[in-house]
Amino acid sequence: MAEVTYLEALRQGLWEEMERDDRVFILGEDVGIYGGAFKVTEGFVKQFGEARVIDTPISEAAIVGAAAGAAHMGMRPVAEMQFIDFISCAYDMLTNYVATARYRAGLPTPLVVRGPCGGYVRGGPFHSQNVEAAFFHTPGLKIVYPATARDAKGLIKASIRDDDPVIYLEHKWLYRRIKEQLPEGEEVLTPIGEARLAREGRDVSIITYGATLWKSLEAAEQLERDDGLAVEVLDLRTLLPLDDAAIMRTVKHTNKVLIVHEDTRTGGLAGEIAARINEQAFEWLDGPIMRVTAHDVPLPYAPTLEDFVLPQTDDIVKAARWLAAY
Amino acid sequence: MASRTAAATQSPPIPAGLSRDQLLEIYRYLRLTRTLEERLTALYRQSRVVGGLFRSLGQEGESVGSAYALERGRHRDFLSPLIRNLGSMLVMGAEPVQILRQYMAKAESPTRGRELNIHFGDLERGYLGQISHLGDMIPVMAGVALTFKLRAEPRVALVYIGDGGMSTGSFHEGINFAAVQRLPLVVIAEYNCWAYSTPPAKQFATAHLADRVRGYGVPAVTVDGNDVLAVYEATRLAVERARRGKGVHAVEVKTYRRKGHAEHDDQHYVPQEELERWARENDPIDRYIKRLVDRGWAEDADLKDIDERVRAGVDEATDACVDEPVPEPESALPAVYASPPTAERLWFRGL
Repeated sequence: MAEVTYLEALRQGLWEEMERDDRVFILGEDVGIYGGAFKVTEGFVKQFGEARVIDTPISEAAIVGAAAGAAHMGMRPVAEMQFIDFISCAYDMLTNYVATARYRAGLPTPLVVRGPCGGYVRGGPFHSQNVEAAFFHTPGLKIVYPATARDAKGLIKASIRDDDPVIYLEHKWLYRRIKEQLPEGEEVLTPIGEARLAREGRDVSIITYGATLWKSLEAAEQLERDDGLAVEVLDLRTLLPLDDAAIMRTVKHTNKVLIVHEDTRTGGLAGEIAARINEQAFEWLDGPIMRVTAHDVPLPYAPTLEDFVLPQTDDIVKAARWLAAY
Repeated sequence: MASRTAAATQSPPIPAGLSRDQLLEIYRYLRLTRTLEERLTALYRQSRVVGGLFRSLGQEGESVGSAYALERGRHRDFLSPLIRNLGSMLVMGAEPVQILRQYMAKAESPTRGRELNIHFGDLERGYLGQISHLGDMIPVMAGVALTFKLRAEPRVALVYIGDGGMSTGSFHEGINFAAVQRLPLVVIAEYNCWAYSTPPAKQFATAHLADRVRGYGVPAVTVDGNDVLAVYEATRLAVERARRGKGVHAVEVKTYRRKGHAEHDDQHYVPQEELERWARENDPIDRYIKRLVDRGWAEDADLKDIDERVRAGVDEATDACVDEPVPEPESALPAVYASPPTAERLWFRGL
């Protein structure tokens, strides 16, 4: 076992897949000699060469489009968005071309688009976004969002091996904050489509993913300490397709549900999760399904503003306490 | 037979290294494109075509001439057509019955009724269906060409873009990326004078599409798009250079869209005399026939014979599929993903 950060785990996963399969290649902005804005691909160009670690122009549509064309031809491209905020420049390519290719034309399009997402880092409106909701609505795409170092590694490897296009969202607040013991010399793979029970409890379920997993766990500990509440926490890990079975299991276990996400509220994933619980487990509920999310504003820069807009541990504590008492 | 030999010996040499059989094959593709589209027009008027009908009338020459410059066959060169490049797909091996089934949304169509018109591809024959978002196929075909380069395969990707589509961001991102990477990509830039109802003057401020492309360091030539052999020759040179690792090349073809954007479009925005002039003086097939016959490369009888065989083939293809069933409704669900293979059937359909 060795202690690795979330970022190092992701890097290891990419490296191992590059070594394992010569169809895998990386393309993106500054991924080569610079090693990527956050150094995820540091050292890759030296090991694998410029042909497999391609520095591209600032052209997200071209990056994703070229990845799609190569994927059709049997390659396994991994496209990096320098910040996930810029994936909107490839929105057309992803939603209209990539997502529909198999359905329309039977075209295999096994590609990964990955990039740093999320706030709590004072990145301002264009270096802090969460983009899952923009793609969640598109049949044909898969979306994964690891919260742990193990899943950062396990999900990048699974995404590269998956035969469908996968958007891999990596939270930059977790990059160096999360450290974990990972086995050496053993394959770490996280199956796409499976949530993970991060904490067991009987009183309230928190369904979450990404950075707010850690805030939810912190809240759960505080509630146990201060209120004697046993809070269950489900880490979704894959957002598309959602693991309905795991969601319903936790609903039936605690009968009270709080959905927590860092993304803004309106049209966020919590709405869809709540609708599914309503359809599939209505009679198991002992209270309303509640949401803790960001406020519906672009994410501001000043620490006082960002902290106010984003969901904090204290918000989760208050909401879960309210729901437990319902 | 005797007169044919005599004609061959007296006529000027055939250009571009083509054989007489190849000249006739090119003619067959031109005729097939037009005859098939005329059949589709008839089917459209009978309401058998489900959606819109897009004609390439007047552009058959550049579609056929450019595609004919590729190496065809299993795992050879690769192209991606636009809506007015039916001829290029036929050259690559698309079958008339597939086109007819697509337009009529038949269960046995290449996309099983999921996609429209000529939006379909065949990885083995070497063509990739376009999507409606113009410009998107440039990056995608750059990715195809990138794969050829990564695998050191001597294959070339060819992609079409129009005078309207060249205004999209995807086009510019894609050609720049391909140019920087020196990918074996050939871009056929179609100056057909109309993007729906918008003329070039409202689309870009240069005289030629080639001028726009050169800014990316891409060598570009402009040719008469209604001269099939000129298009063939220019594309062949571009393809050959791309295959030798010389990077992206462009061929601008000056042509004219003689029908509306689709059959529903009455072209009221087009000067009538301009349309008539192009039809009368500059039809690519008429010009090609005249050249073949005047130079003694073919006789009227050869061409009539091809016309008849093409018509019979289109008749046969139509008969084969016109009464075929449309897709079963539930066949809409599979293959959104490789896994899970089938989308869930919604609960209310079981009530």
